[in-house]
Amino acid sequence: MRYNEKELQALSRQPAEMAAELGMRGPKKGSVAKRRLVKLVVNFLFYFRPDEAEPLGALLLERCRVAQEEPGGFSISFVEDLSRKYHFECCSQEQCQEWMEALRRASYEYMRQSLIFYRNEIRKMTGKAPCTPQDPLEQFGISEEARFQLNSLPRDEQTCTGSQLGVLD
Amino acid sequence: MKLNERSLAFYATCDAPVDNAGFLHKRGGRGAGSHRRWFVLRGNMLFYFESEASREPLGVILLEGCTVELVDAREEFAFAVRFAGGRSRSYVLAADSQAALEGWVKALSRASFHYLRLVVRELEQQLAAMREGSPANTLSANPNPISNPRPKENGRAVWSALPEQPTAAPKRPPLPPRRRASAPNRPLASFAQLHEHYGREVRALRSQWRGGQAGLAGLEVWHRSSSGGTHTQDQP
Repeated sequence: MRYNEKELQALSRQPAEMAAELGMRGPKKGSVAKRRLVKLVVNFLFYFRPDEAEPLGALLLERCRVAQEEPGGFSISFVEDLSRKYHFECCSQEQCQEWMEALRRASYEYMRQSLIFYRNEIRKMTGKAPCTPQDPLEQFGISEEARFQLNSLPRDEQTCTGSQLGVLD
Repeated sequence: MKLNERSLAFYATCDAPVDNAGFLHKRGGRGAGSHRRWFVLRGNMLFYFESEASREPLGVILLEGCTVELVDAREEFAFAVRFAGGRSRSYVLAADSQAALEGWVKALSRASFHYLRLVVRELEQQLAAMREGSPANTLSANPNPISNPRPKENGRAVWSALPEQPTAAPKRPPLPPRRRASAPNRPLASFAQLHEHYGREVRALRSQWRGGQAGLAGLEVWHRSSSGGTHTQDQP
């Protein structure tokens, strides 16, 4: 698949939400854990050899599952093949917990659901007016867009983001 | 740079919301001719396929940091997706109609993760400000939300033009009835907190349920989580 690698490299140089040197092991059988500088920028996880400016690779964090492995370790795998896991070793369970929470919130889909959630909460508090209710998204010009409606939430029960939101309504 | 292309291809064709889709003419790089491709915008990624029925994308344009502008090109209804930096290429795309052009420009300009995060943070602050307001403070009738999105010092939310409603700003939002027994008592629960809380509950329930389905491929992760109990925060 073709992609704009230069832009991806530029993204890897942007300020990161989280960055740390962790042990990282790829999904292939027999792969060895190596020290990598791991950097979370928007919905991408970049990994570098320590002290190198260009990333070795990137993982798009959509449709992924983040799971605790051994204490202090977590894995990332993807919905289309959950057995293929990228393993990460942290220096403490606290660091591990911090990373897992950050990674679970790192997807665009999660952000989308956040937006729908807050919009609904605000609507609930303001109630329905007889005239057109003021949609808090109107000031951003995106209230009408279908992608920010409740029925646009994914129905795939495998993801850890989609199915939980329904109970909040 | 390595990229998890298989996962990327899966994301392109899964059932996540599509933010825009349609045919666009795309100019090939370096003066090559233009091709009609099926484009799918999902999140901050613009995928393109050879046809609507293709199972795998030909390519993807990561949109983070791009600008979208109309261009005066030989094609009608043309626009360009451009990136900062000297050596970055621009993508010149052309829609089939004025309406399609406007739809694409609007969707692409708002596609970045950064933009979405800004909007979410703004709403989060508004909600927190509304919840913090005392019962006496209600929504003011400020007709111009855009110029002053931040709440005033006395705690009134100013973004709404609705008339004052005495019951509109309770100290705490009512908990959904189903969850009254189990939800934590958090007046200012953010989405992230609620997500993490319900997520743990859902994962625990799932691992209980799936613990009874041993042997199915790909469920090894559930066994480990349910037997090790390592998902939750309750470790001694």
